[in-house]
Amino acid sequence: MKKRSALPRKIFDKIAALLAYLAAFAGLFILGWILYTVAARGFASFNLAFFTELPNPPGIEGGGLANAILGTIILTLLATLIGTPLGMLAGIYLSEYGKNSKFAEWARFFSNILMGTPSIIIGIFVYTFLVVPFGNFSAYAGAVALAVMMLPVVARTTEDMLQMVPSAMREAALALGTPRWKTTLQIVFRAAKSGLITGVLLAVARISGETAPLLFTALNSPYWISSLSEPTPNLTVTIFNYAMSPYEDWQQMAWGASFLISAGVLFVTLTTRFLLKEKK
Amino acid sequence: MEINSDVFVSNTTELSANGKKPGKIEVRNLNFFYGEHQALFDNTIDIEPGKVTAIIGPSGCGKSTHLRVYNRIFELYPEQRAEGEVLLDGENILARDVDLIELRKRVGMIFQKPTPFPMSVFDNVAYGLKLHYKLSKSELRERVEKALRQAALWDEVKDKLNKPGTALSGGQQQRLSIARAIAVEPEILLMDEPTSAIDPVATAKIEDLIEKLRGKYTIVIVTHNMQQAARISDFTAFFYEGHIVEYGVTKELFTRPKKKQTENYITGRFG
Amino acid sequence: MKGNSHESFSDKLFRTLAAFGAAILLLVMAALFVELVSNSWLSIKKFGFGFIFSNVWDPVKEEFGAAASIWGTLVSTVIAMLIAVPVGILIAFFLVELIPEKFAKWIGTGIELLAAVPSIIYGMWGLFVFAPFMANTVQPFLQSVFGETELFSGPPLGIGMLTAGIILAFMILPFIASVVRDVFKMVPAVVKESAHGMGSTLWEVTSKVTVRYGMQGIIGAALLGLGRAIGETMAVTFVIGNSHRISTSLFSPANSITATLANEFAEASEPLYLSSLIELGLILFLLTFVIQIVSQLWLRQVKKKMGRQ
Repeated sequence: MKKRSALPRKIFDKIAALLAYLAAFAGLFILGWILYTVAARGFASFNLAFFTELPNPPGIEGGGLANAILGTIILTLLATLIGTPLGMLAGIYLSEYGKNSKFAEWARFFSNILMGTPSIIIGIFVYTFLVVPFGNFSAYAGAVALAVMMLPVVARTTEDMLQMVPSAMREAALALGTPRWKTTLQIVFRAAKSGLITGVLLAVARISGETAPLLFTALNSPYWISSLSEPTPNLTVTIFNYAMSPYEDWQQMAWGASFLISAGVLFVTLTTRFLLKEKK
Repeated sequence: MEINSDVFVSNTTELSANGKKPGKIEVRNLNFFYGEHQALFDNTIDIEPGKVTAIIGPSGCGKSTHLRVYNRIFELYPEQRAEGEVLLDGENILARDVDLIELRKRVGMIFQKPTPFPMSVFDNVAYGLKLHYKLSKSELRERVEKALRQAALWDEVKDKLNKPGTALSGGQQQRLSIARAIAVEPEILLMDEPTSAIDPVATAKIEDLIEKLRGKYTIVIVTHNMQQAARISDFTAFFYEGHIVEYGVTKELFTRPKKKQTENYITGRFG
Repeated sequence: MKGNSHESFSDKLFRTLAAFGAAILLLVMAALFVELVSNSWLSIKKFGFGFIFSNVWDPVKEEFGAAASIWGTLVSTVIAMLIAVPVGILIAFFLVELIPEKFAKWIGTGIELLAAVPSIIYGMWGLFVFAPFMANTVQPFLQSVFGETELFSGPPLGIGMLTAGIILAFMILPFIASVVRDVFKMVPAVVKESAHGMGSTLWEVTSKVTVRYGMQGIIGAALLGLGRAIGETMAVTFVIGNSHRISTSLFSPANSITATLANEFAEASEPLYLSSLIELGLILFLLTFVIQIVSQLWLRQVKKKMGRQ
């Protein structure tokens, strides 16, 4: 039989390995590039004013984003208050009652679809039923939009974490006469506690960096928050507005805001990832 | 280690179909390590060409570890390390500069679990042929049919050549793996417990197959089934805790074992 | 455990509340669909089916067509997939086959962090750092290599279809790499050893056997990336150039559905304008809905196959 030279095969193998190294390096390089840029430019815009003052009218230098920082925190908190219990309830249902139920199958199916729905569509959706009927943008609308995004994520992680608790534990509790609801909330929850918390943290990290859902719900504002039924200042929409503006100092502040958002999101993400790996 | 060499005759090896001599393996002082842990101790053994050599011993005694040195498949795992000499037709295959691709063309391996590749029956058998040779379509078809016939599988799959390899039964999949291995006409066939995951009827078919392949190929088969070793092998090596305790003509080893340990294992005093 | 015939009241209440939580998921989806359809109705009635193919976008004359936005969405997504899928597979190959597990853990985490970076940060970096880089280095280079082909014609502005596609690739890369990595790991060691035992090189084992073995999972990864790319808003909005013209050049400014929405929604005061925008949203929603369904069903298939091993 006519032999095939092994040399081109070996060369190709080396080339493939080289490309693979390059690919991995490229990925890390891009990450480093982005993080470096955000850190360097963001840090350069930090001063006391940034954290304590309101934004100045356009064209006038100085000012800060204190209101936006507060706004983002409030919106995130509010969204978490709405999304977490609802998401957990859904997760509880899927895990504890949803074994052979068609209803649970559908809920799971659509939960996944909701997770994959573009955030801007969710923003538009909330706009149509929480902004239009009331005639104004509001923190409520923004928080609901973020909560809708949190919902399927919290439901999924809750279901997964609860499923990891061995059924023997449930059976033991039930055998002792503990009612179902107590078994779930006290025994199973306690066993899955760290996993559940990290799941929520992960969801919070994701929504705190979101912009699109807030664009038409909370909008933005250059003032302090005075009421939850008004346009609410927040970092992400500010970044969008300022970056697109022709003012350099606004663009600078956009970097500062970017730094804050990135630092927060990455910190929480890394922490939860670390905690989750420990659990496994 | 002792060989009953007066019963052994080395020049009865048959030539394979294309005039190639089946290979001879000589192992000298082989030591093997998993990280810090030593698994094989000073293994020295001759594998006679064209014969079937069985390797038996209790679980964990190093049978598979030893076998896997012959094609250096252990090198996929960086913590595993072999020291010593393994000569294939006189050349040390453990040397640094050995071409692994060439080595694995000469030494084929069958695993405990049948491993059909995710492709058609035909492509499975053709895999090695396309890798190592430049063949025309008709030559390829010829070789594939030949290998399948040699593996006693042709009649069962000749109408199913385009079906996926995974669609065959367990026993057929294992014979497919054998066909794939012999398609490139290796000198040595390594079989690591080839029938332990297969039903008894299919096992019998494979044992028949091994009988037919004897002479054309040198076969080394690891098995935990002593009856199988007694049935099909010319030579048997008994391993215990990484050492080769005894090695010789199968009939001799099983009827008049030289070492007490061997006798204990054979008579079932320990598993 | 099927419900007891004498389920206590508190248990019943608890179960109902939990079911309510699950029902919200269904309700939100239904409400979303209803709202999108009803709010696009004005535009649907006025422009009909031709909306999808019409290239006009004139807020003054109140004539709208989705073609440019859809075109931009599709092309930028295709570019992203063409880059991210092969690179993702290479990265998975790297992590699983080329480096020891202890390094793979860290490098893998690094790659996955690319997914944690918020989309607007990609937008900022894209607009202020990467686009200038494209304008000053990459685009002139492409033009010098490929000459004045249609694909790379026009002034190297930095922003535009190609840049948007590349940034999208960076964003979906970690998802693809992560899933393919899992797929590669799930291929049984004996199968890989068999391929090595036949005398294959490492890349041959991977490309001829491992990839084929895990092909369904790889397609699932691609679908995941596709869904993500198509719905991406902020990163694309910053760099796509926001022009409603369809051009054959990858260097020219374009638009995507998400970018159009992000840029124009706030200013759309006329009901028809708003309705057309929402119709754009509806189209996007339907696109991602279909991709999600295909993705879900596909994953179900893959899980069944894995289960049979």
